[in-house]
Amino acid sequence: MIRFESVTKRYPDGTVAVDALSLEAPSHQITVLVGPSGCGKTTSLRMINRMIEPTSGRIWIDDRDTATVSPPELRRGIGYVIQHAGLFPHRTIVDNVATVPYLLGQDKRAARKKALELIERVGLPAHFAKRYPAQLSGGQQQRVGVARALAADPLIMLMDEPFSAVDPVVRAELQDEFLRLQAEVGKTIVFVTHDIDEAIKLGDHVAVLRVGGKLAQLATPAELLADPADDFVAGFVGRDRGYRALGFETVSDLPLSPEPTVALGSPLADASRVAQDGWILVVDDSGAPQGWLSVGNGAAPPPDTDQVLPELLHRGGTVAALGGSYRAALDAALSSPTGRGVISDESGRFAGTVTATQVVSLIDARQAATR
Amino acid sequence: MDHRSEDLGFLWDHVWLSAVPVIIGLVIALPLGWLARRYTWTYPPLMSITGLLYTIPSIALFVIVPPLFGLKSLDPLQVPIALTVYSVALLVRVVADGLASVPDEVTQAATAIGFGRMRRLVSVELPIAVPVIAAGLRVATVSNVSLVAVAGTIGMDNLGRLFDQGVQLSTPTAYYPPIVLGIVLCVLLALAFDVLIVLGNRLLTPWRRAVISQ
Repeated sequence: MIRFESVTKRYPDGTVAVDALSLEAPSHQITVLVGPSGCGKTTSLRMINRMIEPTSGRIWIDDRDTATVSPPELRRGIGYVIQHAGLFPHRTIVDNVATVPYLLGQDKRAARKKALELIERVGLPAHFAKRYPAQLSGGQQQRVGVARALAADPLIMLMDEPFSAVDPVVRAELQDEFLRLQAEVGKTIVFVTHDIDEAIKLGDHVAVLRVGGKLAQLATPAELLADPADDFVAGFVGRDRGYRALGFETVSDLPLSPEPTVALGSPLADASRVAQDGWILVVDDSGAPQGWLSVGNGAAPPPDTDQVLPELLHRGGTVAALGGSYRAALDAALSSPTGRGVISDESGRFAGTVTATQVVSLIDARQAATR
Repeated sequence: MDHRSEDLGFLWDHVWLSAVPVIIGLVIALPLGWLARRYTWTYPPLMSITGLLYTIPSIALFVIVPPLFGLKSLDPLQVPIALTVYSVALLVRVVADGLASVPDEVTQAATAIGFGRMRRLVSVELPIAVPVIAAGLRVATVSNVSLVAVAGTIGMDNLGRLFDQGVQLSTPTAYYPPIVLGIVLCVLLALAFDVLIVLGNRLLTPWRRAVISQ
């Protein structure tokens, strides 16, 4: 547990970066500090490992006042990941990862072995170990940054906008893997971002800070969307709050309807025969939904094939997993060309379809129950 | 005395007179360059002072070193001390700029994961500054090779003596062989030092040649 006790940072020129901040980041969970530029989120993060000293107030890690620990000793027990990864360009990937164990004077061979495990654990191939950072892409470097922070097995990790310098696709990938990794390692994490969507996606708790370093609200993502403390938080959290909140509620009782399917590679004639309303759902060999195929109803017949080929499929529809959120199920229905949302089971196979009306009535029923 | 062994003696003197002051100069410039980087207000005055030192004509510096350092004239330390002054003058800026070439996020990451200041300097900042420092060493060494020759004209043994001999043998008619030999040996020596530093730099920075090879 990390506890801020009325922490203030005032600079000599009078600027107040953080103003009497009190908050608690619970153990084994992700607490996100989020806010616009100048809200003191990075300053707050850096006061935890004493990269910046508070003007007043205390920061506790469990029952230890951080001010009583020498900064290098304190920092070696805290993993730290920054925006551009900050890898050491002159050291190979494996040596970058093993940096903190080396600093702690651990056996070199054991440290390297651990580092190699971590490199694979963050999703990089083992042969990257001997490369230098310049040989890796930004996203790959960021993975190494996470591995380096984990190397000495710290209880705490501080992350300062670690995913904001990579493109959106890679960012989403890194976020998903980060959540998967955290499910395994269960670190106490304080995560700084200016991106509210990232905060809501990653945080167990989200602390919204306003300019001048004041805490505006500390809540779970669902609470934040459902019940913003004031106009500032509401504005910062942004539009579509009701719809986005549906992403946090899982739905277990979807009324699934059966749907005929054809496999990729089947004759087009078969597809036309079983199609109900001019559309037929196509699955692959394992039964995983691939997309809808338009047959008849005025669609131009494909020029030189008589088979169901991937390039003929409508690709717009999303697939929701059974046991996923209301939001995913509703989106599957809304994005489907047939109005029937495609739902898959745990192993990714087609399970059935659901309409938007059905999902909305489930949402209605649930809200009526909680009113 | 046999000319060849005399010339070889001059060459050897020239070698150590060129190299040793650069090495000592680097050792002195490291803390000064670090200071200029660590306390940024010291950077402008340090650069002005070292810049001014470099403008002192070498022949004048050779002459004033003995009284300043309590040596007798033509003391064997006279030339190395003067050349060390020049090397320091050149290298303080080089060290400061080399340290400045280390990306901010790298020094921050090093601090954040628990490097002490000294350890960070030795195992992170200096290794990354090697290319910039090596470039400065090339300039300092080559410039030293030519400055050493000037000391030959005040009677210190090194390749500069060949120019002195050439001038003396050129009355009444010009006699070039010692001068040409001196120039050729100086150029070859400078070239050899340059190659050594470039090789050393390559050896110390394998990471700079690493390219993406999927």
